Amino acid sequence: MISRFARHGRKILMLLLLALVVASPAHAARIGDVTDTNAWEQALRFFSFRDDGLRVALAGCMLLGLNCGLLGGFIVVRRLSLVGDTLSHAVLPGVALGFLWNMSKHPVAILVGATLVGGLAMLVVNVITRTTKLKQDTALGLVLSSFFAIGLCLVSIIQQLPTGNKSGLDKFFFGQAAAISEGDLWLLSGTSLVSLTFLAVCYRGLLTLSFHRGYGETLGLPMSWLHHVLMLLTSFAVVTAMQAVGVVLVSAMLIIPAATAYLLTDRMHRLLVYAAVLGVLTAALGAFFSFLGNNLPTGPFMVLAGAVFFLAAFFLSPRHGWLVRLWRQRSRRLRTERENTLKAMHRVLENRQFHGESVSLLELAQLRRETLEESRLRALELQRAHLATLSEGGKELHFTPQGWQQAQAIVRNHRLWELYLTNIMQFESDHVHDEAEKIEHILGADAVRELERKLAFPQTDPHGRKIPGVREADMAPQPTSDLTGYKS
Amino acid sequence: MSQLIPAFDFHRMVVSPWTDAIDVYGWMVLMAFLVTATCGLVGNYLILRRMALVGDAISHSVLPGLAVAYLATGALSIPIMFAGALGAGLLTTGLIEFIHTRSRIKADAAIGITFCTLFALGVVIINVFASRVHLDTDCVLYGELSYLSRGADEIAPQEVLVMGGVAIVVALLIALFYKELLVSSFDASLSASLGFPPKLIHLALMAVLSIVIVSAFESVGAILVIATLILPGATAQLISSRLSACLWLSVVFAAISSVLGLHLSLWIGSSMAAAVVVSGTGLFVLAWLFGPHGLLRSRAATHNAIDGGKEVSSAGRVTE
Repeated sequence: MISRFARHGRKILMLLLLALVVASPAHAARIGDVTDTNAWEQALRFFSFRDDGLRVALAGCMLLGLNCGLLGGFIVVRRLSLVGDTLSHAVLPGVALGFLWNMSKHPVAILVGATLVGGLAMLVVNVITRTTKLKQDTALGLVLSSFFAIGLCLVSIIQQLPTGNKSGLDKFFFGQAAAISEGDLWLLSGTSLVSLTFLAVCYRGLLTLSFHRGYGETLGLPMSWLHHVLMLLTSFAVVTAMQAVGVVLVSAMLIIPAATAYLLTDRMHRLLVYAAVLGVLTAALGAFFSFLGNNLPTGPFMVLAGAVFFLAAFFLSPRHGWLVRLWRQRSRRLRTERENTLKAMHRVLENRQFHGESVSLLELAQLRRETLEESRLRALELQRAHLATLSEGGKELHFTPQGWQQAQAIVRNHRLWELYLTNIMQFESDHVHDEAEKIEHILGADAVRELERKLAFPQTDPHGRKIPGVREADMAPQPTSDLTGYKS
Repeated sequence: MSQLIPAFDFHRMVVSPWTDAIDVYGWMVLMAFLVTATCGLVGNYLILRRMALVGDAISHSVLPGLAVAYLATGALSIPIMFAGALGAGLLTTGLIEFIHTRSRIKADAAIGITFCTLFALGVVIINVFASRVHLDTDCVLYGELSYLSRGADEIAPQEVLVMGGVAIVVALLIALFYKELLVSSFDASLSASLGFPPKLIHLALMAVLSIVIVSAFESVGAILVIATLILPGATAQLISSRLSACLWLSVVFAAISSVLGLHLSLWIGSSMAAAVVVSGTGLFVLAWLFGPHGLLRSRAATHNAIDGGKEVSSAGRVTE
């Protein structure tokens, strides 16, 4: 299993590295320079990729989507989703300090300052939860807002300095993909490369950290180091993404693709790949829509695109989608009802020693203690599933070959289980019916074979009724004309 | 570096706000106090119920509520503003609940997804209908405590009156429903068996929270409102384990941090809201270091206090 992980991991890594190489930086210019075009022309411009500035912005967005998606996978499964939110606000003092370093908006200085302050913020959260009775959510909120306030004060000090012009620090709030320059692109590629390498090298350690930290600690693995490095990388990713997405919404880029992936799969390596792909898609879509209308902020559109993916997964994910699960429950319930009707028909026939082949609705209603109308609905349901046919007058019900087989199978399951409970589990024979009622719908073919073998191919159940065997499926009620085909 | 620290002018920064300029700064301090105290009172319950970040979520999703209310009515009077915020707040709580009960997504991710999406929606609405929605996104983010001016025939600036009204209502509600809130915060099943439905209390709390947030919004902004929600309560809870004491303490801390914030903002020339929060942070750090269980108390002293039965650990105290 582990070797399989490793093999997949390597393949995936290669793909992602390839993605990095392909997104090569191009010559820079600002998108959104052209002001008087309509949405259609803008769309054409977008898809023709003629525009260098557009290429840079798009590549930058996709890189940050990749990076945030990958790291977000671990953040979401570790239930640290709001760490991104805290980080993005708490790095403001770092941005200001980075600016103070040499009084200019030098990206590297700002990046270093912001990342360090981000790391500090996570340390403070850690210390608060360890040394006081305040819980983690309070600690996160505290650090988020107090660091942010300190940052605001620093920014206003900077703005009063003779050298400090507006400094563009307030551009950080809603994000503008067009603000991504070629230098930023290199920075983004570097960040993504570092995160990818870290994830690939420490994948197994990170898995242990996410799902079984205590176990990792007893093995002597450096769990807290991994945690701190992951947090540092996250704050790195948040800071680099902030320019394009904006402070408030950058946490969404961490959470939404990863949460969507979490709805789609149960395996961590797949989750990471899906999250990375979704992150890239989300970012590209967001960039596209914000490009359609000139100079719309990019961040909100990215988040909305991500939200659309999330909603789709939330409702329609094959395994965990809400609608899918509702539908699955409903079809299971319907199947159980159909099988119960088939069983009742079998019972009616058995009660008259299989004389005649039709079951009247009246008999069915008497057996199941329900009204005739209810029985008629059940009969119609069977007819819809091609398990039985209703006669001309709508009073008599006939098995189809398929229906007969299913009825026998369900009765066999029921009686075998009763026998199993009495003979092997030592249940009293009057206590086994309800259990068998539940399990008869679930037993698979293999389990039935095994039960038969264990019980030495029994003929009768604890109540003395005959267990329909596999080979005796032919002992149908007297075949009518439309059943002749089935007999052969 | 020395140019970074602004000159300190004692008379301008400490004396004159309380003497000749009281008409300007008095209202600012009063407003800051009302905002911080009201948020702090509600915040105490948020912290106890481990919902501190729900406050964060609602403070962000109020934006689309305001935008939609604006679009629907074309003007933003106070009742419409409150209605929009209320709708947004209840929608946020509902969505968070829906996502994390109907899927395998955990509560933290549900909070993040909900408020980011709603906030993004708000920004897009404001951008697309920019000509019709006059919401200043800068004001929404940072807040602005100055420009409080009193009309000639008013007792107080309108903002202060509204905030004061909200503060009084919140204080009254807490006084009236003290027992219900206390029980449902600590023990939901006990509360249900006593006949106080915890779900209803939760919803009511969320409704009050959205009203408080929207009325504090203009003064402190979407992000700093989280600080005013959490800081006073968190500081108080480091000092006492009794809820009633915490509520009083958080009001006291609100008062101290607003006054300190005024002086700090005059000194460094920052916005007053940020300065109030920074002073609140200072109070929190002091309580963290020197409080009854503070970092700088020796372990022996803490043990003695516990052995002597003076302090019992955190959530244990349910009854008064």
